[in-house]
Order: sequence, then structure tokens, then C-alpha cells
Amino acid sequence: MSTTLTRGDVTRIAELARLELTPDELDLFTRQLGDILGYVEQIRGLDTSGVTPTSHVLNLPVERDDVIVEPLPRSAALANAPDAATEAGLFKVPRVL
Amino acid sequence: MSIPVEQSARAIAREIAAGRVQATAVCDAFLTRIREEEPRIGAFNTVVHDRAMEQARSVDAARETGSGSPRPLLGVPVAIKDNMCTAGVPTTASSRVLRGFVPPYSATVVSRLEAAGAIVVGKTNLDEFAMGSSTENSSIGATRNPWDLTRTPGGSSGGSAAAVAAKMVPVSLGSDTGGSIRQPAAFCGLVGLKPTYGRVSRYGLLAFASSLDQIGPFARTAEDAALVLQVIAGHDPHDATSSAEPVPDYVSSIGRGVKDLRIGVPRAFVGEGVDADVQQAFAAAVDRWRSAGAEIVDIELPHAAHAIPVYYLIATAEASSNLARYDGVRYGHRAALGKGDGLQVMYDRTRDEGFGPEVKRRIMLGTYVLSAGYYDAYYLKAQQVRTLLRQDYEQAFVGCDVVAMPTTPTPAFKLGEKTDDPLQMYLSDVFTVSANLTGLPAISIPAGQSAEGLPIGVQLTGRMFDEATLLAAAHVLEP
Repeated sequence: MSTTLTRGDVTRIAELARLELTPDELDLFTRQLGDILGYVEQIRGLDTSGVTPTSHVLNLPVERDDVIVEPLPRSAALANAPDAATEAGLFKVPRVL
Repeated sequence: MSIPVEQSARAIAREIAAGRVQATAVCDAFLTRIREEEPRIGAFNTVVHDRAMEQARSVDAARETGSGSPRPLLGVPVAIKDNMCTAGVPTTASSRVLRGFVPPYSATVVSRLEAAGAIVVGKTNLDEFAMGSSTENSSIGATRNPWDLTRTPGGSSGGSAAAVAAKMVPVSLGSDTGGSIRQPAAFCGLVGLKPTYGRVSRYGLLAFASSLDQIGPFARTAEDAALVLQVIAGHDPHDATSSAEPVPDYVSSIGRGVKDLRIGVPRAFVGEGVDADVQQAFAAAVDRWRSAGAEIVDIELPHAAHAIPVYYLIATAEASSNLARYDGVRYGHRAALGKGDGLQVMYDRTRDEGFGPEVKRRIMLGTYVLSAGYYDAYYLKAQQVRTLLRQDYEQAFVGCDVVAMPTTPTPAFKLGEKTDDPLQMYLSDVFTVSANLTGLPAISIPAGQSAEGLPIGVQLTGRMFDEATLLAAAHVLEP
């Protein structure tokens, strides 16, 4: 696999990442991400056959008792929303359908 | 106590508790100092003058009526990196996407500091979402290094470091995902501690890379760092990754010295590409530990040289997922939309306007390495090398108790020096990222100055949950 990154690749990644990039940003990121990928390439030569991946350094039990607690009041949850229907207790977004 | 801004947090808390100085007088002195210093440093995103003075007044009132219980940080002004939630006080991560965001709750670390009597005086600047090594990637503007205003204080917790270095607060909190406490501590001549992963609750910390992020203190002395860690460490039911491991008494063990401590030095790794002044300061620090009774041993960390690529693959992958939440729906910025623009346009434009270039770069890189066809070659591979790096340290800790290396290859670099070349900026994290990948605790300790008079830091990495040894070894190097 080559690490040469094309402008088309970067456009596709931006779509996946939900970013509307300007043409200048596309050019800049194509070059810079290519440089970075070229650098990180070095680890691909390491022998990792049979090595268990580390996703997390602690193996903690993550279960807890199922206890009912007071939730954040709805008004507090809505207080920072750019466009909230406060009375109805809803976040508003542009029309989807 | 005539000049409180010079005092340690411990001394301030003692003097206030004993009634020899008023919390309001202390708070006022630091707020005055902030007013004087801030125009040239730019450490703060927000200063909460009235809120801080009001809390100081209630500390004094409680003390006078004798109703307050003894508290370790009584009346001590603290600064909080602006990626930790503070109820009722704006929290922006220095990002446009969170401009105006006022959290409805406080991070556990903030609640614990306040319960210990500390007074939050403000929120400090950072590289946007803690992504950077110079505090230049901030939508607010760069913070300057109090030692030399043409240089960076380091990053990403540059504001918290500069605030302590300029004596605008005695202690502060930073977060460290790849060196963001230790590198600015080194650049600003401070003690900076990244605790063991899980030692301190991350609840209320705006997530960057969840398997790497930890919160820790900046202080001018090891004892003050111990005091703050004492307060913020411990299990928190709100963070499932916080550990139930008992919290030892860091403050009382600070003077135990380094006699018979085995300090491992990875000679091959610390030789390359390191500034001569840093080499010299590092060697001098090792000599001082030896003179104090430590045994210096050679160790090897064969995979440490690969830690930067592993780090930037894992951290960006996690970031691309964590930052998906900034979409203009529930909080923060939402792009202005034209007639007929739908939900998709709202997401895409909000994020393009809201995030700065470095955050976009990292989201893009992370999205790429997690995408179909590239996951195994990049992300999975990085996770496997992360295991090899952990094994290096496990092996090293058979023959030594702590690992010593410089914190950074150079002292503080110039503002603007690396902003055009993200890869060069990443390479400056070579000595710090391993502690995050392995979860091990690590501390940066002031260790003299360069020929130009810039501070230099040395770093110690310890076994899991062995912060006490790091703090005691740091204390040995203090004047």
C-alpha cells in the first residue's frame, strides 16, 4: 500500500469526518497528511506477529450497581443549545425530510 | 506574610488557616498580579474576579466563626486549563466551536479542589482541544513564555504553566495526553506531573484521546504538586476508568529521598538529537541523584524510538471519534445556514468554521487510519507496537525503579518556529508520549538553565501508581 495521498482521498476523508473544507485547505491537508503518513510508515516494518493490541492500559471492571440518580434538569441540558425549543424541551435542527 | 504571590500553596493554606492572613487579601494579591502580568503573558481565557473574591470572603467568614474544617488548600488561588468543565464559568477548549459554552456541571477535579478550599481564579489558554505543543493552536491567541516573551510556554497546557511561572497563581491544573503537562513544565521551569492513567478522574475533562488523557498539577515545588495530587487523586464513580487503588500520603513521603533508588537511563535513546545544554543539565541531574544515594543503571527501551508514530496514530483515531460530538446541535457554535440548507450542510459547515487547522488535521488523520482498508495497517499496527512499548518498560522495571530522560530535546522554542510544519511540532514530543501510551506516571522537574537562561526539565517515569517515588526524587533536586 502506498502512502501517496491524493486530493481525492482527502476529499473523501473530509466527507467521512463531516468537514466542509475550502480548496486551499484541501491542498494544504493533502500535502501535510501525506508528510505525516510518510513518517508514521516506519512502524509498518516492525514485526508484530502474534502481538496482542493494547487499546487500554487498565483492565478495570466497568460494571456498577444500577442506581437511579437525579439527571441533569432538562432546562440545563438545553441551556447551551444554539437553537432550542425550550418550552417543548427539544433541540432544533434544520428540516431533515 | 507580605508578598503572598511568592509563597507556596502549602504556606498560603497554612497562613490562612492560622488566621495570619485573610483569604481575601491573598486572592486580591493574586488578582492584582494577574492584572499586571496578563497583558504581556496571555495565560488566561477567562478570569473570574468577582466569583473568586466572593469565595475568598466565605473562606474568611467560615474561619472567623470557626465553622470551617481544616482544609489542605484553604484559600489557595488556582487556575484550571480551559478544557475542564467549571459550572457557571465558560469552558471553551480555546476553540471557536465552544465559544460561549457554560457547562452545567464541574469536572470532578474542580469539585475536589473547591472542596479542599481552593479558589478558582480563572481558566487558562491551551492549544485547541489540547492538540499541540506550543499553545499557538488557540482561537484566543498564543500564550507567551514568562522567561522570554518571544518564546512559547510549551503546550498544550501552556496557559496553566505560564500562569504559575509568572506567579499569577501558586498552582494550576493541566491535562496531559502526550506531554501537555510535562513539556510546558520543562519550558517554564516548573514541576509538572502526569499521574498514572486512572489515578485522577477524567469526568468533566473535554475528551481528546480517552485512553491517554490524564489531569495533573503544575507547581513551583514538588511538595505543592504532591499537595494538589493528594486532593484530586482517587476513584470517582463518574469515571469508570478511574482506579480504586488507595491514594497514599504523597505530602508526608516527599522527604524520603532517593537512597538505594535504582534510576535507569536509556542511553541510546537519550543521546540522539538532544541539545547540548539539555544533555549537560540531564547529566548533572543524574549526578545529583547519584550523590544523594541513588544507583544509576543502564537500560534499553528498544521501541521508544517508534513512540511518536504510534502516539499520533492512536491519539488522532480516538480524537476523530471524540470530536464527533461537536456538530452544532446541543451546544457551541452553529454555522449560519441559507434557505434550503439541510442537516448535513449544518454539520459540515459548523465543523469547518468551528475547528482550527490542527484539530481538522488530526480529525482527518484519525478518520483515515480508522477507515476501511487502512485500519489494520495503521491503527491496529499502532496498538500492537503500543504493547511492545509497554513490554519494554516492564522489562526495564526489572532492573530499575524509575526511568530518567530529558523532558524535551530542546528548551522553549520561538513562537512561530514550528507552526508551518506540523510534523516538526510532533517530533518535539519524543520523550513524553511513551508515558501516555504505557499509562505510567511521569514528572518533569526543573534542572537548571541553558546558556541563554531558559529553563530545562528532566523527566522521571515510574511504575504504575508510584507517584510518591517520583515526587520524592523531584524534591531531591530542589535548591
